[in-house]
Amino acid sequence: MSTSPSPARPPARTSPTTHLPARARLAVATGRAVAGASKLVHFGSGSVIGGRAALLVDRDLLGQLTAGREVLIVSATNGKTTTTRLLVAALGTDRPVVSNSLGANMTPGIVAALGTADPDATAVLEVDERWVAPVLADTHAGTVLLLNLSRDQLDRTQEVRKLAERWHQALAATPPARVVANADDPLVVWAASAAPSVVWVATGQEWTSDAAGCPNCSGRISFEPGSWRCTACDLARPEPDVSVDDTGVILPSGRVDLDLALPGRVNRVNAAFALAAATALGADPQAAAVAAGTVQEVAGRYRVARIGGRDVRLLLAKNPAGWHEAIDMLAPAPAPVVVAINARIADGHDPSWLWDVDYERLAGRVVVATGERRHDLAVRLRYAGVEHETAADITEAVARAAAAPGHEPGSVVDVAANYTAFQEYLELVGGPA
Amino acid sequence: MSGSGDRRDSAVRIGVLFPDLLGTYGDGGNAVVLAQRLAWRDIPVDVVTVAAGQAAPDSCDLYLVGGGEDGPQVQATRELAQSRALHRAVDAGAVVLAVCAGMQILGHRFPDAAGTDQAGLGLLDCDTVRVDRPRAVGELLTRDAAVPDPSDPSGAGRCELGVLTGFENHAGRTVPGQECATLAAVEVGEGNGDGTEGVVCGKVVGTYLHGPVLARNPRLADLLLGWVVGADVLAPLDDGEVDELRTERLRAARSHELAPRRSWRDLLRRS
Repeated sequence: MSTSPSPARPPARTSPTTHLPARARLAVATGRAVAGASKLVHFGSGSVIGGRAALLVDRDLLGQLTAGREVLIVSATNGKTTTTRLLVAALGTDRPVVSNSLGANMTPGIVAALGTADPDATAVLEVDERWVAPVLADTHAGTVLLLNLSRDQLDRTQEVRKLAERWHQALAATPPARVVANADDPLVVWAASAAPSVVWVATGQEWTSDAAGCPNCSGRISFEPGSWRCTACDLARPEPDVSVDDTGVILPSGRVDLDLALPGRVNRVNAAFALAAATALGADPQAAAVAAGTVQEVAGRYRVARIGGRDVRLLLAKNPAGWHEAIDMLAPAPAPVVVAINARIADGHDPSWLWDVDYERLAGRVVVATGERRHDLAVRLRYAGVEHETAADITEAVARAAAAPGHEPGSVVDVAANYTAFQEYLELVGGPA
Repeated sequence: MSGSGDRRDSAVRIGVLFPDLLGTYGDGGNAVVLAQRLAWRDIPVDVVTVAAGQAAPDSCDLYLVGGGEDGPQVQATRELAQSRALHRAVDAGAVVLAVCAGMQILGHRFPDAAGTDQAGLGLLDCDTVRVDRPRAVGELLTRDAAVPDPSDPSGAGRCELGVLTGFENHAGRTVPGQECATLAAVEVGEGNGDGTEGVVCGKVVGTYLHGPVLARNPRLADLLLGWVVGADVLAPLDDGEVDELRTERLRAARSHELAPRRSWRDLLRRS
């Protein structure tokens, strides 16, 4: 849980549960006790299991914890953790904010984060894309940010089209005052069109492979640079209200400079979503942009750390759309990079998505493949014509990359990893900040 | 169209059908694998990607139809049923690899998202039905696979493929008909649902194996390419890295690391 007190307001209070009904108070206390016990036996942070216990005591706990509270929901396949963090920073310039910043983004993790929060703090919630409907129904969130939908965890997550349909139904059932949504993702546009008021963000999203079939009528969507439309029904790219350029964000209220510590084009887009939502709730655009610019790492993403005596930078890329953006963030060729692929439950057991990633773009450098599915990656890189080696563990992988041609002595080795591999390396370097 | 054994002057044309509709599970990789295995042997290749809404050509040597979601599956079937390009190509001797939803639409019928029967293309003698069992999701490993040699008029010749490995993810089960062979018996996983995996009619091959299947099973890739250019033209390649991957996946499948969930009824039926 993180709080971002505004300089102009008193800092967020903690542990005040007296405003809650007795049953909710008991639920929060139970959750904290279970979480504490879990933590004592080193069973992780305990937040999720504590949240589950609390929900057993009071099924409506999330509703109780958000009654009378301003709530914002951020959901997507990619970028929801980062955007939530940027939004916490941006909105924190205007008011006290509470968030589920540990990335536990289903109802149990959310109640754990809110259990002891200042009842007056605005909640900025990262929500798993499959949990938008129940969380929206419980919290009656006033603002919903929908960034994108694409294939992820092929064996586990529902087909993306069904997710869009569930978002659509959720927004119709519990209409928020405003939705901030991606104008360049047809699945998101169709889902968001169920809401009464939408702020459309031009994202310049290049990954369109999951949206060829119209979510509205199953017709064919035709994509042209900067525009798209269904060839069979009325669904088309809406006129954007928000866009990004090389140095700033164009908001409905005007342009604001943006100097981000986070790398990559995609994070400028994430910041645009955060600024659009924060300013719609009254934050000053300049102050919000400055605050977003100071965010340096997000749950360990982009962190520079030491592994095996060498400096590495940790990047998360967990699906084709994520990789599409991540390849641009890597140090340019010929710098060698480490790519780590696992296929545990949280990654999806089926890594055949590696063939949907344009790894041909890594050519001209050595790639060291590691992680539990390094052999899948090695075969993919062979067919992509990318020079590569394999390494059994991350320390060996970093050492090999540092010894490969093209490595500048003393420079940082980029390590791009999918979800569980990333978490493992993050633990190795001391866990999330 | 060149038959088996011919020396070709023109590039091998590989048609990738509707990857925007049928490309959910990395099956686009099959085209990359085929194209590279030709290029490494200095055999010219031309990959023709056919997007939904475009007319499918009937002049390719080899077609790839991938796996996808229920709605797009119906749309792809509609387009291929109307144009009959794939039917004409198969009549002319083209090779087809159809994976998962692709195999289902090449059969006589398959269920749509609502469970209603949809007419397939009838290029494979099989029916796909919806069953009251969990979705089959996990590693799929077959016993030694073999398919009838399409160039042997007696029908007795066999093309051996070794064990096949991949990942399956499908709700429907496929009942092979009398006119078709199956690819293999299943060792681990679900496959067609009756202990067999895949359906083969002449040079049309259907399978539930993702992975993509040709990345994990280079002998199957070379079998399909051999049907186009002649097996004798295909110089051996160094597949050492694929062998490492296969060894590791065979171990995982046999230790049931990622086996599909199975009900007691499945166990009774399969024993």
